Amino acid sequence: MLRIDCLREIYADLEGCLVVTIMGAVAAELQSLGHRPNHFYLQHAMGLASSTGLGLALALPKHKVVVLDGDGSILMNLGSFSTMARYRPANLVHIVFDNESLLSVGGFPTATSAGTDLAEIARAAGIPRTRTVRTCAEFADESHAALRGNELTTLVAKVEAAGPPTFLTDLQLLENRFQFQRHIASLAKR
Amino acid sequence: MMARVPVSVASSKLIYGALKDCGVRIISALPETWLVHLIRMAEDDPEMTLVRLAKEEEGVGISAGAHFAGVKSAMLMQNHGFLAAINGIVSFAHLYRIPLLMLISARGTFGERDPWQTQGGNVTEPVLRALGIPFERLDSPAAVDRRIRQARTLSDSSLQPVALLLERDLMWEE
Repeated sequence: MLRIDCLREIYADLEGCLVVTIMGAVAAELQSLGHRPNHFYLQHAMGLASSTGLGLALALPKHKVVVLDGDGSILMNLGSFSTMARYRPANLVHIVFDNESLLSVGGFPTATSAGTDLAEIARAAGIPRTRTVRTCAEFADESHAALRGNELTTLVAKVEAAGPPTFLTDLQLLENRFQFQRHIASLAKR
Repeated sequence: MMARVPVSVASSKLIYGALKDCGVRIISALPETWLVHLIRMAEDDPEMTLVRLAKEEEGVGISAGAHFAGVKSAMLMQNHGFLAAINGIVSFAHLYRIPLLMLISARGTFGERDPWQTQGGNVTEPVLRALGIPFERLDSPAAVDRRIRQARTLSDSSLQPVALLLERDLMWEE
């Protein structure tokens, strides 16, 4: 399963959500499908995409928040599972693309390549709904169920360690950040 | 159970009131002795969302998400927690111009009895300076309200982290 195919599967559904991604391939691939003002790409601070999603979800309980995370990032902040589970906002969907690799620095294997199971960690931390999927059909079913459902979910998608040739895009970090904030402010005025 | 410790309830009330007055509605925190009353006040306040963290760096993400959402937040941490949050401060708050209001209990200074707190006290101010984070010490109840308001104002206008060091003379009644 390729991450880009998963992203294609949920791209239409993401339009109505607030989306926070990690750095590297996830950010570049989502932008390659088309940047929207409701996307925020956290291009550093590995581990904090899930914390940012939690902050958004608690501050905006009426909006669906989707975090597009990775194994390398969430392994740097496993405590985030326990914090998300403690407050379990029903409007937060946490998707982890697990390619068992730190792809952007040359493909060094992460602990998930040696047996660490992120969905089991999430479940044991208290995340109410956790799934691991290995095929595009499973990803489609589970991601749509999570996005349309009303329960904090961690969905681990086992994907190939493959990504785009470059992670640089022409979207400036601060441009993205202020556009995202203005987009949220415009939602409140509607 | 919470041990009976001589942490100042009066100063904690002043600090909490000042945070409320300047619009803070989300507080992230990790417990530490000097912060126990502040955390309890946040927990008991139906207008406040308290996010208890596993590690202080998560608080940078919580505050960033809240800021994007238009909600003011503050972070309560010990100076060792500040040290644990540095990468998040640099590679998120500084990189993306995120205002953070950090209230940091300044352990390990003159009067510290706990040997394990003493190294953090030595390095907190030099690290704050090295990171270019504006900070002030809070050691007098009379200054609490104004300083917190000023810190919030600078953080919002400059879109950067600012720190207030909660000092022993303010927090500890012994």
